[in-house]
Amino acid sequence: MKIPLSWLKDYIDLNLPLLEIARLLTNAGMEVEEITLIGLPNPYEQDATLRREYKVSGLSWDADKIVVAQIDEVQPHPNADRLVLCRLHDGQQEHLVLTGAPNLFPYKGQGPLPKPLKVAYAKEGARIYDGHQPGQVLTTLKRAKIRGVESYSMVCSEKELGISEEHEGILFLEEDAPTGTPLVDYLGDAVFEINILPNMIRNACVLGVARELAALTGQPLRKPQPRPQYSGESLAGAVSLEISDPTLNPRFLLGLVRGVSIGPSPAWVQRRLRLAGMRPINNVVDATNYVMLALGEPLHAFDYDVLVRRAGGKAPVIRTRAATPGEKLTTLDGQEHTLESYTILVCDEAGPLSLAGVMGGLESEVTPETRTVLLEAASWNYVNVRRTTTALHISSEAGYRFGRGVHPALAHPALEWGLENIVAWSGGEIAQGILDQYPNPPHDPLVRISETDVQRLLGLHLPAAQIAALLERLEFTCQVHGDCVEAQTPPHRLDIGEGLTGIADLIEEIARMIGYDQIPFRRLSDTLPEMRPLPHLALEETVRQVLARQGMQELISYRLTSTEREARLIGEQPEQAYIRLKNPLTPERSVMRRSLLSSVLEALEKNARLRNRIACFEIGPVFWPVEGQQLPDEPQQLALALFGQRLPSTWNHNNNEAFDFYDLKGVLEGVFEALHIAVRFVPAQRTGFHPGQCAELYAEETCLGVMGALHPETQARFDLPNTPPVLAAELSLAALLAHTTTRRETRPVPIYPPVLEDLAIVVEEELPGERVEAVIRQAGGALLSDVRLFDVFRSQALGSGKKSLAYRLTYQSMDSTLTDAEAAKIRQRIIRRLEQELGAKLRS
Amino acid sequence: MSEEAAIRAEMEQTQQQALTALQTVQNEAELLAWRNAHLGRTAPVMLFFSRLPQFPKELRPQIGQAANQVKLTLEAAYEARRQELQASSLQQRLSSERVDVTLPGRRLPLGHLHPSTQILAEICAIFGEMGFQVYRSPEVESDENNFELLNIPAHHPARDMWDTFHTTRPGVVLRTHTSPGQIRAMRQMAPNPLRVILPGMTYRYEQTNASHESQFNQVELLAIGQNITFGDLQGTLTDFARRMFGAEVHVRLRPSYFPFTEPSAEIDIECFLCGGKGCTVCKGGGWLEIGGCGMVHPVVLRNGGYDPARFTGFAAGLGPERIAMLKYRISDIRYFFGGDLRFLEQF
Ligand SMILES: [Zn+2]
Repeated sequence: MKIPLSWLKDYIDLNLPLLEIARLLTNAGMEVEEITLIGLPNPYEQDATLRREYKVSGLSWDADKIVVAQIDEVQPHPNADRLVLCRLHDGQQEHLVLTGAPNLFPYKGQGPLPKPLKVAYAKEGARIYDGHQPGQVLTTLKRAKIRGVESYSMVCSEKELGISEEHEGILFLEEDAPTGTPLVDYLGDAVFEINILPNMIRNACVLGVARELAALTGQPLRKPQPRPQYSGESLAGAVSLEISDPTLNPRFLLGLVRGVSIGPSPAWVQRRLRLAGMRPINNVVDATNYVMLALGEPLHAFDYDVLVRRAGGKAPVIRTRAATPGEKLTTLDGQEHTLESYTILVCDEAGPLSLAGVMGGLESEVTPETRTVLLEAASWNYVNVRRTTTALHISSEAGYRFGRGVHPALAHPALEWGLENIVAWSGGEIAQGILDQYPNPPHDPLVRISETDVQRLLGLHLPAAQIAALLERLEFTCQVHGDCVEAQTPPHRLDIGEGLTGIADLIEEIARMIGYDQIPFRRLSDTLPEMRPLPHLALEETVRQVLARQGMQELISYRLTSTEREARLIGEQPEQAYIRLKNPLTPERSVMRRSLLSSVLEALEKNARLRNRIACFEIGPVFWPVEGQQLPDEPQQLALALFGQRLPSTWNHNNNEAFDFYDLKGVLEGVFEALHIAVRFVPAQRTGFHPGQCAELYAEETCLGVMGALHPETQARFDLPNTPPVLAAELSLAALLAHTTTRRETRPVPIYPPVLEDLAIVVEEELPGERVEAVIRQAGGALLSDVRLFDVFRSQALGSGKKSLAYRLTYQSMDSTLTDAEAAKIRQRIIRRLEQELGAKLRS
Repeated sequence: MSEEAAIRAEMEQTQQQALTALQTVQNEAELLAWRNAHLGRTAPVMLFFSRLPQFPKELRPQIGQAANQVKLTLEAAYEARRQELQASSLQQRLSSERVDVTLPGRRLPLGHLHPSTQILAEICAIFGEMGFQVYRSPEVESDENNFELLNIPAHHPARDMWDTFHTTRPGVVLRTHTSPGQIRAMRQMAPNPLRVILPGMTYRYEQTNASHESQFNQVELLAIGQNITFGDLQGTLTDFARRMFGAEVHVRLRPSYFPFTEPSAEIDIECFLCGGKGCTVCKGGGWLEIGGCGMVHPVVLRNGGYDPARFTGFAAGLGPERIAMLKYRISDIRYFFGGDLRFLEQF
């Protein structure tokens, strides 16, 4: 919302620096996003030590170089038809000024003007905007010769002065503008661009902001007091009104002006509208917009004669109602809309006239031919207005305000002011009487707030009298009863609730008025809640740390993906397997992921071209819809992938071994060691994985997840080279958590020396190494403290289908030094069991 | 010349020759050879001893002594030369082993945690010290928890504040903030005092650019009890900011609007890069916006199961990626979840 300072000053005396006003507004919840200078000096240029807390833009007018001047005569140019010479007085001396402004041509060659034209005059060296370039390009006025005439100064357009984009002609000032006065003193202004919060729509107008400033500064507020002259023929019989649903349309007023002549508004009105960001249209439409910008109540003007014509020459009947689904209306922007039942319409007997509270219809809008204006001021259900603007993608000033709720009480003064402005700017006479139907006035809450409430919420003691005083500044009517204040909500705001909500609303008003920074800081002293154990977070943290320590990079991917992308790993899934977006930004991100590994592989795919070694992991949720459940399950998963060179090559050492199955297994074993979980790797067949290099991971009878090399076909679908292989795993963190324990027994460190021994055996190729080790451990018993495989060997000498496994065995007793004889006994027992149970042969 | 003088001259010569030869010895092997030649059993000096019986008896002691003197001289010279050689060979080895200390080191690959993880952990740890425990809640949420129960009815103007991803399931959205977790936490803990921190991923239906993402983390604080005021909120956030950004950092709360808190505020911290003097990061203003906060709205308290007449609470939401971007001067928010290792490996 753009609020011109000069307009604010209509309603409040403000003698504060611009930055102070911006600070007051911002600290009261009306964040000033920008201050645009219209001539006033730039505070940051005046004091370079100021923090640039607010964005300041616009043009400052040099007081001695840009002044109010009067044109006494407009003379033709001796050798250029499109130019004129102005005999101009700047209060000190007379100048002859060259210009091509078309709005001076009517005065050309008329000799000395009976009423001099007051203009903005820029002297040599003045800094202004270049009128001939798009946008705002700063230029300094220099002496030049144009068509043989010396030129060193100029009369300015609004664009050159930074008032608006207007450059059709020069700016004419009011007749009483004092010649010789610096223009900045006469016309200097600033516009505050304010961000209006959703609950502060009451401040989307100049009066609203002035009211806040009055409350914050203690200055009195001068509310506009419209006094229209109802002197014309009576409204009675000229129009009638029916509200079909007061919940949709709590209030509707109509007034009539006969005999208007449509034309431009007065220059000052146009200037104000432009400063506030609106385009002047004509004197009637501008009158409605002016009231909306000043008071916050949007008005709508109908061409009354069009309504009479539609009524077949009879008095029109205005009716407000919900639209019939499928009903059509063309709005004044030329768009045809097909409507739903939530849209409220203003209709006559011939059909819809306008989208209530949103935009007028094309047919009944005010045109240059309009002679009689029917003026509407109404109030609408904000939900219906919002649904309409959202569904029809209409953004209008009226829709913006009504869609957030405008108090119906505003409609009456707004109508009166609108009528007054129309007559003042367009002529005509106001019909006697207005129509005012008010079937559904809102209840303005009476809120009881006590000193205790303020203490309880703000931690601040304020006497009841002070609470009342603060609220009264915002026009609440207050009565103090002991430590309690009864505050009656003023009839311009709909944001105050009842009961405890009302108290919270008032607390906010009190806090805004005293300033948040005046509320003392405290350290929490309330009772501490009971502590909850959070084992799942501890587990995640451990897993992250262990993986990072093993050189793995953590990723966090987009959780939104597409079924096609995931199908590359997990295959086609049924429709109901996914949480699907109704409004995706792109088809590539239209479902919530089912597979975390798929996310990780996507990252791998993106990085594979850029590097020859990737080791990464992600911990995060996947989204699994469950039949009969509104929300999906969101289990936390762990996914890992290894790809490329096992170790980075260095300048003097070339590492060209690629990651393989056992690298990934080793990383996982590291995780399980850190979590103290015993895990079995069981050969498995899983979609997406290499059939011979895939394992399911089991802790007791629970499957924790899957790991292995990707199937070459999967790898190809991911736009990855065929070799080296991608090693990948996905595990359930919940399953890990179920099998980890925080309690365990720590082995004492042995004090006697161990006996170390190697044992090589030959077994069938098919026999899993795990079984061999299990038999060795069982047979070895308590004194066999460690078994480590150090070689796997195949050869012709061993025969096909055979392999040799070599183990380093550690015998260790906690009570004594083991003798060779004792060790040999255990060894014999191991060999015997291996031979008997696995058909193993000792390798000589 | 007497016999004695002759033998003495011979000894003198032997010694001189040996010492001269020793000067040419350059390594361990030559040194050993020299030792065999000049101090070995058949060395000239040793021969003097075996020739002793040839001399008259009375001369023998003097000649023997002289020969011994030569032997001792040579042995001393040998030892000196040996040490010299040892020192020089060590010197040689050391100089041959010199490395270029400026060449790159050989590194084991280092894993890094994601910057969001790190910042979240830091934030959670700081609030953890103040008694806030982590509470997680679902990312796919009901409209009821994400909006309705947070005092944001359908078609309320405040809904404009969140562009929402809707799912094809009626009434199910991707959470637009971590605030629905407030409702879940309250309903679980009411009527006991509550202090939780809700970290997690949130989603907005928003075209992405360098400063906007459709997915980002949020951290939300929630404290509910019978003695919690707006002053506590300001104090808690100030303590946090000083732990996170530096002991001198000031916090400013600026009035704002959120439907689930009242009074509501934006949280500004004094720019820690310029100390509030104004720089490019804070766009000259000296303040950085890091989140929003306020006193929990009575309707939300009631929806969570707390009697708003007895309980009050505060809530605050912070953006970890936003904080990381400020702390680490990250220019584009899309880096966070884009998965480019060249970005992630910098943390
Ligand atoms: Zn800064």
